[in-house]
Amino acid sequence: MTSPILRIENLSKKYGQREVLKGVSLEVEKGDLKILIGPSGAGKSTFLHCINFLVKPDEGHVWLDNEEIHPARKRELYAYRQKVGMIFQDFNLFDHLTAFENVRIGLVKVKGIGKDAAGARAAQELERVGLKEHMQKYPSQLSGGQKQRVSIARALAMDPEVMLLDEPTSALDPELIGEVHAVIRDLGKSGMTMIMATHQIGFASSLASEIIFMEDGRILEQGTPSKIFNDPDNSRTREFCSKITDLYGER
Amino acid sequence: MPESLVAVIDAFPYLLQGSLVTLAVVAGALSFGLLVGAPLAIGQVYGGALIRRSVGLYVWFFRGIPLLVFLFLFYFGLCTALGINLSAFTVAIIVLGLISSAYQSQIIRGAIQSLPEGQLKAARALGMSDIKAIVNIIIPQALRLSIPGFSNEYSILLKDSAVTYALGVAEIMARAHFVATRTYHHFPLYFAAGLIFMILTWLGVKVLRLLEDRVRIPGYSHN
Repeated sequence: MTSPILRIENLSKKYGQREVLKGVSLEVEKGDLKILIGPSGAGKSTFLHCINFLVKPDEGHVWLDNEEIHPARKRELYAYRQKVGMIFQDFNLFDHLTAFENVRIGLVKVKGIGKDAAGARAAQELERVGLKEHMQKYPSQLSGGQKQRVSIARALAMDPEVMLLDEPTSALDPELIGEVHAVIRDLGKSGMTMIMATHQIGFASSLASEIIFMEDGRILEQGTPSKIFNDPDNSRTREFCSKITDLYGER
Repeated sequence: MPESLVAVIDAFPYLLQGSLVTLAVVAGALSFGLLVGAPLAIGQVYGGALIRRSVGLYVWFFRGIPLLVFLFLFYFGLCTALGINLSAFTVAIIVLGLISSAYQSQIIRGAIQSLPEGQLKAARALGMSDIKAIVNIIIPQALRLSIPGFSNEYSILLKDSAVTYALGVAEIMARAHFVATRTYHHFPLYFAAGLIFMILTWLGVKVLRLLEDRVRIPGYSHN
C-alpha cells in the first residue's frame, strides 16, 4: 500500500465560542485532486488555511511525506510551507512588484537562488501560465484572471509537492474563469497533487479524483464525483448539489 | 533705499548660511526619526503585548514632553549629569529625532495597517519568515504610503527646529535674532527669517512630492 503524501488528522479550530472546524481528517495520495465543496461558512477555507498553518489550528496533526509538521519549530514550518503552495481567492499578489518579481521573490529570498537563475525560472513559470508578454506589468495592470495565473506561477516556482487552492475563481468575472481553470487542468495532468475548494461543480466533476462535501465544520460525505453528484448517501449533500448545479450550470 | 532694507540685504547671506544649518538639523532628525520610528512601528503592529505596550509608552512620552523642555533637559541636564560633551547641533538632531521617531512610528504604523492582510499571508505561504516578509513585502509598501505623512512631519520639524536657537545652534532664527539685537531692525529681519522658513517648507514638500511620484507603483496609487 502506498502511503499518502499528505495526511491530515483531526484539525479543529475555534474562533471565540464558534467552532469553525470540528476535527477534520483527510488523506491525500500523490497526484490526487481533492475538491472541497459545501456552503459558505462550512469551514473549507479555514481547513485549507490550517493545513499550512496560516491559521493556527487548536488541535490536529499534519504529516507531509510521513513526517509530522511541528509548526512551533519555525524552520521546519518555513520549509514545509515551501512544499505546500497556496492559491488565494483574492490572489494576494505583492502589489509593489511586477508579475516577474512576484514570481522571483520567493526563489531569491526564501530559496536563496541567485537573481539570474531565479529570474530565468520565474520567466519559465510565467510562460507556462501564458503570461510571458505581461511579465513586466504590476498587479494593478493585470486582469483578475491574469493575477490569479501569476499567483499560480509564483506558487509553482517554489516546486511545491502539494497545492492548496482556496476558491481560486470565485473573485473572477465569469469570462475569466476559463483561463484559470485551463491552467489548473494542466497542473492536474502534469500530476500535481491538489486540494481545491470551489463552487464550480462542472469543473470539479470533470477533474476531481474525489469530492469532499463539508458542512458546519465537518466532512459530511466524500466520494467519487459520480457518487457525490448522482447518488449521494447524505440528504444534505443531495440538497446542496442540486442547488449548486442550478447555479453553476452544466455538468 | 530704506535703512531697514539695507540691513536685511546685508544680513541675507548670513541668514542663508543659517538655513543650511536648519536643513542639516531637519535632515538629521528626519533620518534619525525614520531609523528609530520604523522598527517601533513594526513592533507596535507585529510585536507581543509587552513590545506593543513599550512602544505605546515611548510614543506617549516623546509626544507629551514639550520640545524646549526636552532640549534643556537633554543639553543642560542629561549631558552635564553624565559628563558627556555633545555640541548643541548634535543634541538638536538627537532630541528632534527622538520626538520625530514617535510621530513617524505612528505614520508608518497607519500605513502598515492600511495594507491588505493578504500581503503578509501570501509571503508566509511562500515560506518567508515574518522578518523576511516584513522587510521585503510590508515595509517597501508601507514607506511609499507614508510619504504624504513624512511631508507633514518635515514641515513641522522644520519649524520646530527654530526652537533649537535656545541652545545656541546657529540656525536661521538664532542668526536673525543676533543681527536684530545689534541693528534694531527687528521687523524686517524676523520677516526675512519667516520668509526663508516658508520657502524651505515649500521646497521640501515639493521634493517629497517628486519622490512620491518617482516611487509610485504604476496603476496602484491615486492621482
